[in-house]
Amino acid sequence: MSTLSPTNGRLTSTTREERMLSFDERYRQQQFTRRNWTLLYGALFLAALIGSVAVSDFSIPGLIKGLPMAWNYIAGTMPRLTFENFWADMTDWYWGLRFWLRLLVETILMGFVGTVLGGVIALALSFPASRNLVENTGIYFAARRTLEFFRTVPELVFALIFVFAFGLGPFAGVLAIAVHTAGALGKLFAEVNENVDPRPIEGVRASGGNWPMIMRLGVVPQALPNYASYLLLRFEINVRGASALGLVGAGGIGQDLYVAIRQFEYTDISAIMLLLILTTSVIDISCEAIRHRLIGHTLTQVA
Amino acid sequence: MNATLTADIARLRRTNPQIFSAPLHERLRTWGLWLGFLAVLAFGLWWIDASPMRIANGLNKLGLLVTLMIPPWPGDGLWDYIYAMFETLAMAFLGTLIAFVVALPLGFLGAKNIVPNWLFHFGLRRFFDAFRGIDGLVWALIFVSAVGLGPFAGVLAIAVGDVMVFGKLFAEAIENVDNKPVDGVRASGGDNIHVVRLGVFPQVFPVMMSHVLYFFESNVRSATILGIVGAGGIGLQLSDRIRINNWQEAAFIILMILVTVAIIDAISRRIRARLI
Repeated sequence: MSTLSPTNGRLTSTTREERMLSFDERYRQQQFTRRNWTLLYGALFLAALIGSVAVSDFSIPGLIKGLPMAWNYIAGTMPRLTFENFWADMTDWYWGLRFWLRLLVETILMGFVGTVLGGVIALALSFPASRNLVENTGIYFAARRTLEFFRTVPELVFALIFVFAFGLGPFAGVLAIAVHTAGALGKLFAEVNENVDPRPIEGVRASGGNWPMIMRLGVVPQALPNYASYLLLRFEINVRGASALGLVGAGGIGQDLYVAIRQFEYTDISAIMLLLILTTSVIDISCEAIRHRLIGHTLTQVA
Repeated sequence: MNATLTADIARLRRTNPQIFSAPLHERLRTWGLWLGFLAVLAFGLWWIDASPMRIANGLNKLGLLVTLMIPPWPGDGLWDYIYAMFETLAMAFLGTLIAFVVALPLGFLGAKNIVPNWLFHFGLRRFFDAFRGIDGLVWALIFVSAVGLGPFAGVLAIAVGDVMVFGKLFAEAIENVDNKPVDGVRASGGDNIHVVRLGVFPQVFPVMMSHVLYFFESNVRSATILGIVGAGGIGLQLSDRIRINNWQEAAFIILMILVTVAIIDAISRRIRARLI
């Protein structure tokens, strides 16, 4: 108790009233600073809001006018389906199904190959990017910055550049996906590596293993289920991303969607979108099932 | 010493063969999975036409591009780029804000413990899931067609894309609340509105804010590219520069994007650390 005895001036009060008074005063002070912080944050928020509204020519009348237009547009893409003539209407709606399915397969393949290539690069870079596995800070720093660069440059920007270098078509798209995936997965893999149990590493080192052996025998077996889980998660994301890459000419179903939207072929838009939604849902559900089998339910989703 | 070891291993192999090799059907399954995986990969590489010649040629051209990019230089468009960057940030900010405001009631409606009707929240959840499958860029393309070129289309695209994810995340956060404060409010005579406002909301608000900040970060990233399809912001400038082969300015814009994203990330990480 003696350690708690007050030595600063404010707490020396002895009577009950005095203590209440000093408590009151401190309470008011706390409340005052708190209110000031809230006001400051509120003011900052308001400034950001006003600034954004001014810059982005956003306006309530514009919204009121724009939303029905957007709604009309979406409603316009709906096909005319009648009950008595259902199959004929469906075939009419999906007139290009064979063509679209081919592009859809291409999209999924782009996601798959991009994820695998990116995963290989990520794996190779994740070991030098783990603090517990490399002694040399220079290598660690370089690996981390490389991954950061791969991750931060948007996939579509890579796609624009690669389309220029490698020509139109899915090849550029796959490379763009692979580079971005390498950055995103490399960071996650490195985090997995940093959390492995150090005892197997010491064991391999004690029995004379060199650095690649330590990685192969001490680190990878522990981290493998997590790698696989992140890889599957990334595959889901990449199929979704691959569907957009077609907009810049990098292959996949996005190419056709782009044409349909630009040429106002309304029912085609909804047909392709529905195909996309179905595909991504199926992939999501099956990947989630595999992931749960691999590592249980504990891994939270990391975007 | 060595001889006894070999003898031991031989004896072990005789008595417990399963230690040394997996059962045949398991080995077959593993090999089958690997073969299937490699077959799909090979098919994919064939499909995208990944010949070594093409890779070599492309890498050559890529190297040329990199030399053209150095040094990154804004030219005389610096102020345009800065303004476009603010436009991008504004799109991300407004889009996230609108998505938050719209998703808040949807999240409550989608939570099992608020609306007990099984069919209703199942339908709402599937609705969110379905539209999550559409990339933000596709939304941008649609809104550009619907409301015209400019950042307004970008704001709407971000908002619509995010509402679906927020709705799901908010609903999950609300389902995970501690029931004791809820019981407390009800025990002291609160009605349903009171329960939501005083029992549930204070618990989920920090979680929601953290999600919102995280999505603001990610929206800044995606807003940088929405301009490529005409939805305003820095992406428009970037795709223009690439189209007219002005690689120095393109490189400068890419660097600007990297720096802005890093700054936004740092700020938002600090705020999130304070919130939770």
